[in-house]
Amino acid sequence: MSHQTASQNLHWQLRTPKQSFLRWLGWFWLVALTVVCWQVMNENTIWAFVSDAPSQAADIGDRMFPPKWGYISSLWEPLWDTINIATLGTLLGILFAIPVAFLAATNTTPSTRFVRPLALLIIVASRSINSLIWALLLVAIIGPGLLAGIVAIGLRSIGFVAKLLYEAIEEIDEKQVEAIRATGASGAQVIDYAVIPQILPAFWGISVFRWDINIRESSILGLVGAGGLGIQLNASLSTLAWNQVAMIFIVILGTVVISEWVSARVRQAVL
Amino acid sequence: MAETPTTSNYPTRWKRPPVLLTHPAWRKVILLSGLVYLVLAVQTVEVDWQRVYLGLDRGWKFVQGFLLPDFTSRWNDIYAGLMESLTMTLTSTVAGILISVPIGIGAARNLAPAPVYLACRGIITVSRSFQEVIIAILLVAMFGFGPLAGFLTLAFATIGFLSKLLAEEIEDCDRSQIEAIRATGASWWQVVNYAVQPQVMPRLVGLSLYRLDINFRESAVIGIVGAGGIGATLNTAIDRYEYDSAGAILIIIIAIVLVVEYSSSYIRRWVQ
Repeated sequence: MSHQTASQNLHWQLRTPKQSFLRWLGWFWLVALTVVCWQVMNENTIWAFVSDAPSQAADIGDRMFPPKWGYISSLWEPLWDTINIATLGTLLGILFAIPVAFLAATNTTPSTRFVRPLALLIIVASRSINSLIWALLLVAIIGPGLLAGIVAIGLRSIGFVAKLLYEAIEEIDEKQVEAIRATGASGAQVIDYAVIPQILPAFWGISVFRWDINIRESSILGLVGAGGLGIQLNASLSTLAWNQVAMIFIVILGTVVISEWVSARVRQAVL
Repeated sequence: MAETPTTSNYPTRWKRPPVLLTHPAWRKVILLSGLVYLVLAVQTVEVDWQRVYLGLDRGWKFVQGFLLPDFTSRWNDIYAGLMESLTMTLTSTVAGILISVPIGIGAARNLAPAPVYLACRGIITVSRSFQEVIIAILLVAMFGFGPLAGFLTLAFATIGFLSKLLAEEIEDCDRSQIEAIRATGASWWQVVNYAVQPQVMPRLVGLSLYRLDINFRESAVIGIVGAGGIGATLNTAIDRYEYDSAGAILIIIIAIVLVVEYSSSYIRRWVQ
């Protein structure tokens, strides 16, 4: 046909037909996969329990309210334990995370081929396992108590702190390192005078941030026997004392809000 | 007093001044209170060294189990737990994204009127302030044991995380693009569709993939309180002192986290 009619029929489209078909296909597979997953997941679901849920919720809410305010007198000691688990665990984690971070950063590692992959493996292994699972293992190994909680929090913190810290180390200004090296400084002196001043604010920010997360996590570690508020929570749950559970939730919430405020203030001051 | 300065008058050593907390008195106060706290805190830790010594044997068994994992003898349980975890992860992430997009738009100050903004921020705060495990405890009590409680827990936790970050991303949008679309006489929906959505889409995809990763890791935990998934299998394995099976489960978790992390960084590069 003539040139004119052909140009009239042209529409502007964002994507070529092939692109839009591929996109449609991608969405189709995502929806199909989700539906299949939903079916597989709910194979064993007892729907009678599910339809019963609102009345269960109302019942639990009824039992929770009013919270047993007097119960707080027996919560101060577990709360102190929880804070100690979080703080000592964070310190333990930092202690191990610093060398791991220096070994993992490309500009400070002694060997990119052997040491760096090992350091990265430590980081990944520590990061992928939640502190509750670490606690589960450690309670079985070293027995229930605060020590298991501290070590669990510490092991989980290594990966987090080391990952953020090694990224901070890789982002430093290399000129300062060169300048210090030009004065004839040794390797340790280069780290002390050129690297540390540059990463120190980030380091404190990361540590306080992790401490804040650890306060949240340590409050439930007691569920598996690792000390702190979780032990009281477990005891109250197994006796179905929902008004005590409500009181514990209030204490946990208060602690979390305060620790978040502290960490935000410290990060604001440091960064 | 016209003494010529000799080299001995100059210091030959120099110490790096402190980077943070430059005031010397504050340094001392904070250092001292930190020490006092440490002493007090360490005193509360009672360690039964005999128990630790006995446990070393088990610790060694666990290390052995980790190095020589046993995938076969409990494979049916591991497979069932893994399927529950994976299906739970995907469905809860999809459901969480579907719910958190409208809440995220509602919690962006530049798009939503004040009452909607406050309501959506309230939902986000409630969802963020409680740990997954605590929510799981409550939902298991309501919905019974099994992966449905886990699905609800993870979806609920996803809402707080995604909506908050999405709202912040929308608030950081380039204002001139919104103004340009609005100047053409576009309605509110059209502004969202043509000005905001193209700007936040890459970030939304990245955040969703990150949340998928987090949800898988969390799905391994909430099983401990009865919400289904690989966590329940792991808990049973440790309770039975089957450290070789527990080691196998942990290795599978680490491997899947690694795969998800690498593929999500690949997809993110492809999207952006």
